[in-house]
Amino acid sequence: MKMEANVPVTRRISPFLLAVIMISLVLSLAIIYEGINVYTSGNDGSLYLLMGATILAISTYLLFQTRRQMLRLNIGIQPINTTVECQKCGFKNVREFQRGDYVFKQTEDQCPKCNEKTMAIGSIFREVKEKEKAREAGYS
Amino acid sequence: MLTIQQISQLLPGQDNILSWILQIVFLGIFIAFMFYGQRFQMLIWMRDIENSLFKLKIMRDEGRKVAITAINEIGKPQVDPTAQVDRFLEYFALPPVDLDPAGIIWRLEHLLDVADARFKADVRLMAPQADETQINNLENTLEVASILNIIYKIIRHLYLLGKKTQSLYILMQVQMILPLFMKEAEAHSSGLKAFQLGQPIGDGAGALVAAKLMRDYEKTKVEKDIVVAKVPIEGRTAYVLKAEGPGANVGKPGEAIKQIIEQNEGKISLAIVIDAAGKYEGEKTGEVAEGLGVAIGGTEVDKYKVEETALKYKVPVNAIAIKEDIGDAISPMRKEIFDAVDSVIERIKRLIRERTKEGDFVIIAGVGNSIGIGQ
Repeated sequence: MKMEANVPVTRRISPFLLAVIMISLVLSLAIIYEGINVYTSGNDGSLYLLMGATILAISTYLLFQTRRQMLRLNIGIQPINTTVECQKCGFKNVREFQRGDYVFKQTEDQCPKCNEKTMAIGSIFREVKEKEKAREAGYS
Repeated sequence: MLTIQQISQLLPGQDNILSWILQIVFLGIFIAFMFYGQRFQMLIWMRDIENSLFKLKIMRDEGRKVAITAINEIGKPQVDPTAQVDRFLEYFALPPVDLDPAGIIWRLEHLLDVADARFKADVRLMAPQADETQINNLENTLEVASILNIIYKIIRHLYLLGKKTQSLYILMQVQMILPLFMKEAEAHSSGLKAFQLGQPIGDGAGALVAAKLMRDYEKTKVEKDIVVAKVPIEGRTAYVLKAEGPGANVGKPGEAIKQIIEQNEGKISLAIVIDAAGKYEGEKTGEVAEGLGVAIGGTEVDKYKVEETALKYKVPVNAIAIKEDIGDAISPMRKEIFDAVDSVIERIKRLIRERTKEGDFVIIAGVGNSIGIGQ
């Protein structure tokens, strides 16, 4: 379980930038229109269409960028496991970490197998998902 | 004088008004990029830095909040600790003069001792109900919150400086170094909870190895928060030492090793220092590597002491490193690091068999933060 913080960010948008984006949008539509006109008149309008599409894509991207955004922060609390082991018979029990746990702490728990109070914490760890491990490993 | 018709003829393309408007616009964009290209690039960089700065601010605020909550929960103070926490976050320690480097280690050690005593005293005032282990954990929580505060302030300072002076080079450097700062901040952020709850962290890998070796033997407390046990290994006697746990503690392993060597009049056949070490990208977390030298990080005061004593008595010092990322070092211990402990113990035994004779004395020092690790 990874906790994520979604934080709304309010940004002051420059009117100049907004005007530039709007002009680019109108311009891109005009170029596409012109390209279609050229095509229908029997000439090659592919350059116009390419330019129009590119400007349209850039200005749409910029327009979305200026919108109020949600920042995602991956400051995660990952599940931590505690392994409790019986010192006598070696029985192991894995549970969620509880405040006060530490490695080699003798617990008051009774071993469910040999019924003796010989349980101690053997390990406390977090497990990383395979996907994350693969990302870490990179190309190898 | 040129007419519009003549100008339009200079431009390639279709012979209509829209066509040449487009050509002029593109020419305009080309010229604008020629003169203001760097400015556009600067705006993009500034936007990147702003986004990261916002994330850093959230992490900084979260760190402060976690510290205040932990103090209220554990320490049960009579007064609101917010003002004291804010004061703590702004603490600074000035490094000693290095113009004349003679004796700088001792001056640095004194400074660190004073800072540590001062931090502990302040935490005791903030959290009067906390016991010694909790005091150590709270101190580390506050230190992490303080680091997050410092990272945020440095990046904000550079960003504002670059913006004020319109310096492309300041902004470029900030933008380039930013991923490393973000990685560090995210690592500290994820470590906050570990310190608050007292969970073992990756940095404690060395301490865990020592804890496993000394588990069933009598321990004595020596120099500043270090515990030592005499453990028979492979027919030799090993002085196994680590910082006292389970509170957040690194102790002074250097001073403890120095004392043990001096007490034995230098008759130590081998010293093995085990510590967590930064891994290269592409290496696996929990990989174990062997080497020579004193594997003690931090301020290097401890490293210096061990090197001096080892040189004086000609004690060979070996190092075993457990590889991990900066993020893994400060966050709760990963299973891979935990699993590496047994392989480290096997290597220690092999080193002792290969490098010493039966009846010899050796030192095994598990270096690192003992948070969440008993002995």
